[in-house]
Amino acid sequence: MSLSRNDVAKVGLLARLALSDADLDTMTRELSSIVGFVGQLEKIDTADVAPLAHPLDTQNVFRADVPKPSLTTAEALQSAPRHDGECFLVPAVLGDTGAA
Amino acid sequence: MTATPTAAAPFTTVIGLEVHVQLQTRTKLFCGCSTTFGAPPNTHVCPTCLGLPGSLPVMNRTAFELAVRAALALGCKIAPFTKWDRKNYFYPDLPKGYQISQFDLPFSSEGALEVVDPKGALSRNVRITRVHLEEDAGKSMHDEGAGTGDTRIDLNRAGTPLCEIVTEPDLRSPQEARAWLNELKLLLVYLGVSDCNMQEGSLRVDANVNLHIPCDGGRIAKTPIVEIKNMNSFRSVERALVYEVARQYEEWQATKAEMGKTPKQTRGWDDPAGVTRAQRHKEESSDYRYFPEPDLVPVTVSEEWLAATREAMGDPPSVLREKLAAKWKIPPYDADVLVNQGRELVAYFEDLAERVGEGKVASNWMQQDVLRTLNERGGSIDAFPVRPAALAELIGRVAKGDFDTSRAREIFAEVLASGRTVDDVVASMGIAAVDDDELITLCRELLAANPRVVADVKGGKEQAAAGLIGQAKKKNPNVNPGKVRAMCLDLIRQM
Repeated sequence: MSLSRNDVAKVGLLARLALSDADLDTMTRELSSIVGFVGQLEKIDTADVAPLAHPLDTQNVFRADVPKPSLTTAEALQSAPRHDGECFLVPAVLGDTGAA
Repeated sequence: MTATPTAAAPFTTVIGLEVHVQLQTRTKLFCGCSTTFGAPPNTHVCPTCLGLPGSLPVMNRTAFELAVRAALALGCKIAPFTKWDRKNYFYPDLPKGYQISQFDLPFSSEGALEVVDPKGALSRNVRITRVHLEEDAGKSMHDEGAGTGDTRIDLNRAGTPLCEIVTEPDLRSPQEARAWLNELKLLLVYLGVSDCNMQEGSLRVDANVNLHIPCDGGRIAKTPIVEIKNMNSFRSVERALVYEVARQYEEWQATKAEMGKTPKQTRGWDDPAGVTRAQRHKEESSDYRYFPEPDLVPVTVSEEWLAATREAMGDPPSVLREKLAAKWKIPPYDADVLVNQGRELVAYFEDLAERVGEGKVASNWMQQDVLRTLNERGGSIDAFPVRPAALAELIGRVAKGDFDTSRAREIFAEVLASGRTVDDVVASMGIAAVDDDELITLCRELLAANPRVVADVKGGKEQAAAGLIGQAKKKNPNVNPGKVRAMCLDLIRQM
């Protein structure tokens, strides 16, 4: 299995990466090689293998609904490139959210 | 109701809803930050809900149990095994770059919720496709007025537990969609799953709608499905759907565009303008590149756990309506009105009915006096100043004939206004039971003073006695009009 240049361009768009033509060539070759490597799994007969949802053999890990201290606003904002002391500031984004 | 077009609408309207409700937990889905609404921006945040490297989510047990309760109440099958998935998209209010949601193995599916009009005009079983648990995003604030071009991000809401409820396209009119949402909200509030407060964003609705239009040769043309967003009240949902149905029919007449030939469209509801406007085209679901969430382990739900959840759930509104009507012998309409006001009001009614001993009398007072006053004054039934014991006493004294219902209403109003007890008010208004001797004396005086009325009644005009009641009330405001009338007629017959 290999990826087309169009596949890679689409993935690039979804990842908000500006890929040049040269980047697309490199990425198509490298991503195809990764997908090809993983593709070896297709040769294995998995008819009798139950699907695995998680590698750990653990289930039902919960915490109690008890509040814990949050960060201060200053702590929360300290690594943000831009903020106004209350909120993170980002360039205006047009359109609406992708999901909810 | 059948799904066939009528003369009034030469097409069938097909509506499906997607509802997100915030679960009533104290903390977020994956961390211990508070979910209290209205806190200053970015004060309920921690490394986990900020999506900082190295942080790990741990699931809130209460959130999961509330979601299961909602699914059970909606008649859904609960999956014995469920897992979480990452839904990938970029937006500044989603700090991790993905939302933890459920994709191929949601914890529940295949339920239904019926909407029933007590008057019998409307009844539809709406199938639930699935219910799943996911986290909310933060809040983006676009300050267009300031013209700075910046968007401010508050992540207090990020990671709040949401239950997503998706219906099959089973609704057939905007009115029905609104009625169904009311029933869903009532159910979730009753079961303590969510407060469903739309102003605070605890309940959000998106609607998918299209039209099925019969064409020549029996073929059915289906208009492109439109998803409507940004509806801030159930009334907006109804208005937006009414608008969208008309818009789609007009567009179909002009373009004959059918489903599948154009991509699914998202339109936003502009409430002040009363129109829907086109937004970006909806991405294909594969664009979200779902994959299993490695940071959360799966959940398996045992039969014992389910049984315990069912046990603790209490009656849903539909069952409660039937129980109330049967237990207190009140009409379905009365039971519907009472149940629709919420659990606290039902408790008040049952307390009152128990004391009064007559369900219908108690219900009449609830509907006419208590509910009307509550609507006028606002506030909750739990804070209502006239408690069931006091109201039952008032009703009991009417039954005994101490005073009539209209006098009792005056007392009720005075108790409300002054906050004093019924006894106090009765004493201060000079209301005392009028004994039979007093009544006879009073009636004799009246008859002596009104020979004309006596003559009229003797002549067969019993209604003439009505003129005496006003005079009797002037002489003694505590007399019972019914008793005065009966007594006067008796006395005249004996004359």
